[in-house]
Amino acid sequence: MAEPAKLPEQDWEEQQEETLSPWKEGWRKFKKNKIALAGLSIVTFFIILALTSPWIAPQGIDEQNLSIRLQPPSSEFWFGTDDFGRDVFSRVIHGARLSLTVGFLAVVGSAVVGSLLGILAGYYGKWVDTIISRLFDILLAFPSILLAIAVVAILGPSLQNALIAIAIINIPNFGRLIRSRVLSVKEEEYIMAARAVGMKDSRILFSHVLPNSMTPIIVQGSLAVATAILEAAALGFLGLGARAPQPEWGAMLSASRALLVQAPWTLVFPGLAIMLVVLGFNLLGDGLRDAFDPKMKT
Amino acid sequence: MRKEPVLQVEDLRVSFFTDEGEIPAVDGIDFYVREGEVLGIVGESGCGKSVTSLSVMGLIPKPPGKITGGQIKLNGEELTTATEKRMRTIRGNEVAMIFQEPMTSLNPLFTIGNQLMDATLIHKKGNKKQAKQRAVEMLKLVGLPRAEELMNDYPHQLSGGMRQRVMIAMALVCEPKLLIADEPTTALDVTIQAQILKLMKNINAELNTAIMLITHDLGVVAETCERVVVMYAGKIVENGLAVDIFKDPQHPYTKGLIQSVPDMRYKKQRLYSIPGNVPRPGSIKKGCRFAARCDFAFERCMQEDPPLYDTGEGRSTRCFLFDHKEAKEDDNQRTTVTS
Repeated sequence: MAEPAKLPEQDWEEQQEETLSPWKEGWRKFKKNKIALAGLSIVTFFIILALTSPWIAPQGIDEQNLSIRLQPPSSEFWFGTDDFGRDVFSRVIHGARLSLTVGFLAVVGSAVVGSLLGILAGYYGKWVDTIISRLFDILLAFPSILLAIAVVAILGPSLQNALIAIAIINIPNFGRLIRSRVLSVKEEEYIMAARAVGMKDSRILFSHVLPNSMTPIIVQGSLAVATAILEAAALGFLGLGARAPQPEWGAMLSASRALLVQAPWTLVFPGLAIMLVVLGFNLLGDGLRDAFDPKMKT
Repeated sequence: MRKEPVLQVEDLRVSFFTDEGEIPAVDGIDFYVREGEVLGIVGESGCGKSVTSLSVMGLIPKPPGKITGGQIKLNGEELTTATEKRMRTIRGNEVAMIFQEPMTSLNPLFTIGNQLMDATLIHKKGNKKQAKQRAVEMLKLVGLPRAEELMNDYPHQLSGGMRQRVMIAMALVCEPKLLIADEPTTALDVTIQAQILKLMKNINAELNTAIMLITHDLGVVAETCERVVVMYAGKIVENGLAVDIFKDPQHPYTKGLIQSVPDMRYKKQRLYSIPGNVPRPGSIKKGCRFAARCDFAFERCMQEDPPLYDTGEGRSTRCFLFDHKEAKEDDNQRTTVTS
């Protein structure tokens, strides 16, 4: 038996109190950041709204009552009514579900595809990298909204196709992010150490490289949800996303833009909802970056 | 008692192919490591030590690296032609490696226990429970107290010395015949260095694991190794028993290395340093690679590349000073007699 050498016991008595995984440590930092917590509350608020919309909205998505057209905000209709006599408040709440779904799904889709491509490009390099990176370059060469319009034009305008379009235009953002992260992670000594104990490439990729490349995905992901919601709204506004009765915020803006002077509440509230949710995700993303960004870590 | 070599390297050549052409990092080296022996490989940075060890592991990044010639035999099995699949079963199982930077050699996202168990389960059959038991055993073996609790700790909670112990535990978990230690103590405090070296010696004695210790630190060599191979610019310039080499270094480079170790007793003297730097691999086309920095260089050193001269007692040296040494000595004797 090797003789156990004396180690500084005292030092780790202190550390022993709490075993902190890097994730928990990040959360601890995040909790201290008030602005980030505000972002998290806004996001949580909208998520709850989206989940419970069928129960908390006073009216259905498309309940028309032409006798109460264009009523200003009142105690009965908090956000007023639109030109079909629909309750704007209810529609904004229902819209939360649509917008968040589009935001999340588009980001999850692009993050999964982008990460996969990015990992392959970064880890294997050579021609794999060349092909994938050029693909990203091509996607990035178009202004994103133009590309989204093109995709929707091919697939046909609908909320689902808008989602797909947004996912596609976001792929290179994630892909390039992960690729660069993988390039630096794969040079880490623990990757060499993992290979030195005889670990397989695929195993190294998924149990060492991917987890260590995760933080930028999460940070970028939360920020990307904000842009995705904006893009969905933009497509909706252009009539390329959600179709008429769907209470998607961008589509609501578009439908009411003729009423700007006559009934501004039909525009202000969906607009405010977009602004708030985007702000929430941006604050959350910034907070996550501060808490998890490896560069800030000592 | 002569034991069988665990590792036999013959005429190994490793080159890196870059935009500037072929750069030979290791240029025809021969050495062996016998069972249960500690071999030191010494040299300055950039002399090919690490490339040699990575070649044995089959971990040379290719491209740009490539083994261009020679053989590496582990327990008689040729490794240079082995498939990647075969190499994976060898790595960690028959030959393991520990690295210079214990601070970065462990994945920061997983617990010590997790990583140790992983290393076990790659090669050994068995369930998680057995793997865990084995991991705890190994942590105790490398002298880490409260091993059970340590299993749930993350690497950043450990000091450098403790992490290096964990790395050693991980390397030994499958009881390899050969342990390659690439500058295992360079990044550690001196006191911790001594502990780690002691641990490695203990392991060598108890488990009979052969160790190939790569270092630039002659102190480390003196403390741990039986035999030493001195490398310079991709070639072996001297090899022999550690005691002999320290007592009577033959190659001017080895002499220089030994003189460059600070000595408390001669404080007033300026510390010797070998002038110049290690030449870039492949930059010297003609003559002895050390000639430009050598105090003893003469005409022939600039023209021809010296072979490795056998200087007796299992030693050899790559220097023309040892060409016809006996003949020269004979001459000297004769002249003294006649005068």
